[in-house]
Amino acid sequence: MTLDDLCSQFDQMDDWDDRYEYIIELGQDLPDLPVALKRDEFKVQGCQSQVWLLAKPIAGEPVRIEITADSDSIIVRGIIAILLICYADKTPEEILAFDVRALLTKLGLAKHLSPSRSNGLHAMVKRIRQIAERVLEERCSEEQRSLAETN
Amino acid sequence: MTASLVSEPLDIASIRADFPILQKILPEGQPLVYLDNAATAQKPRAVIDKLVEVFEGYNANANRAAHTLAAMIDLELDAARSKVAALLNARSTDEVIFTPGTTAGLNMLAWGWARKFLKPGDELVISLMEHHANFVPWQQAALATGATLKFFPLTPDGRLDLDRLSETITPQTRLVALTAMSNVLGTINPIAAIAARVREVGAVFVVDGAQSVPHGPVDVQNPDIDFLVFSAHKIYGPTGVGVLYGKESRLRELEPSIFGGNMIRSVRVDGSEWADLPARFEAGTPAIAEAIALGTAIDYVQAIGLDRIAAHERMLTERAYAGLSEIDGLRILGPAVAHRGAILAFTVEGVHPRDLGELLDQQRGIAIRVGHHCAMPLHESLGLASSARASFAVYNTRDEADALVNGVARAVKSLRRKRS
Repeated sequence: MTLDDLCSQFDQMDDWDDRYEYIIELGQDLPDLPVALKRDEFKVQGCQSQVWLLAKPIAGEPVRIEITADSDSIIVRGIIAILLICYADKTPEEILAFDVRALLTKLGLAKHLSPSRSNGLHAMVKRIRQIAERVLEERCSEEQRSLAETN
Repeated sequence: MTASLVSEPLDIASIRADFPILQKILPEGQPLVYLDNAATAQKPRAVIDKLVEVFEGYNANANRAAHTLAAMIDLELDAARSKVAALLNARSTDEVIFTPGTTAGLNMLAWGWARKFLKPGDELVISLMEHHANFVPWQQAALATGATLKFFPLTPDGRLDLDRLSETITPQTRLVALTAMSNVLGTINPIAAIAARVREVGAVFVVDGAQSVPHGPVDVQNPDIDFLVFSAHKIYGPTGVGVLYGKESRLRELEPSIFGGNMIRSVRVDGSEWADLPARFEAGTPAIAEAIALGTAIDYVQAIGLDRIAAHERMLTERAYAGLSEIDGLRILGPAVAHRGAILAFTVEGVHPRDLGELLDQQRGIAIRVGHHCAMPLHESLGLASSARASFAVYNTRDEADALVNGVARAVKSLRRKRS
């Protein structure tokens, strides 16, 4: 599903019961994270439920980041599914430039999924951005290293 | 006469009209159904007005100056102290200490009594159903003094196991600190039976009344207890103030743990003498307006009658308990209604409590609490990370109890739908 598909799905629903039903459906369809990956080091703090989030750069030009995540809460899984659609197939620069808040506002979710609701959305976005920043930093230092070597 | 009054139902519509926040319509257009009263209760107009009256009419620091406003504020604060003493049936107002809340009161006891008197080999008895505020201070005091922290055994349905009373509270027991009502299980503990055993072994009995005092009559002389703590904000009063009741002889043993202004008789460069009760335990400027408004909150519940409040809340609890019990896979934590107050914590098989809380809130405007409710050891013993908790107050209605049951049933249906 693309971001446009998601937006048009939400546009068709004017009732909050329907939107929640849809988020729950997305949560049910999200693939499970293998149990072996549900490790403390991948846990996102600041959530009422347990959330695990992994992201790794996929080699290529340009480098893109692949995100996988899971939760023991079905609604949080639905929110994860929305985030994965937002960040699908993006470079670190694109991830850092992406305005999640604007998108949530467009979907009518901003008020409902505010950081204070401790649904972990805020913490998950923060974690994804940190990973993107780290990939950029690593690339930067690699470039400097290779530059130093050529000199 | 009291019995006939109790059987007469309360006029809940007129009680609700006293609470401005209950008239609120939430952003999605639903009326607020507030069922998180165990966390904090809403405030009646009289309490809100009293705060404004103090700040607009006679704000001054208390217990210090002699000017006109100071005299007015001192009179009001004394009146509030008298109301607390009457509520608890304390022998004198000297036994009523204003604190920042239940947590502060318990910490004052853990620092000023437990750490002063406990030695290795002494026993300290609490239970797994305690709120962290009545758990961690004693745990830390035990660690610091070498005393042994013992846990009162619980029955499988979450009551203190009285069959094991005499083996739990022994001649080695120096202090027993128990809640009068569990903030998770809702269990109302048999304070009288425990007080009798505590007297037998000559220990000190500390009762955490945070959940019990707002929901029924209390008498610190019968059963005979040494210390009782509670918070104003759970009994329809302001936040930031609470009460430490102490029997006078026990308060005289207690060491102050907060030092500063108002609590001293004299200060020299090489030492200090403490002021008399209750000032000794009220260092610094207290939450004056809030303490005065606690007096107003007490007037409010006394005018309704705590026994009638208890009867109304029991009716709501019975109704919600019966309705929730019908939901497939729903497990109510704690004992049968006969042994509980107006708290219902529950879990539903295959449903995360936070999801339940979010749907109730966002779709039905029903505010419940989700989490471990500051009782992690209890949740751990039940094999749970968290639970959902609904709790009632005097202004809740039969319709709201039904809305909870219907809302939970519907949310569970949505959240449990099989994966396609």
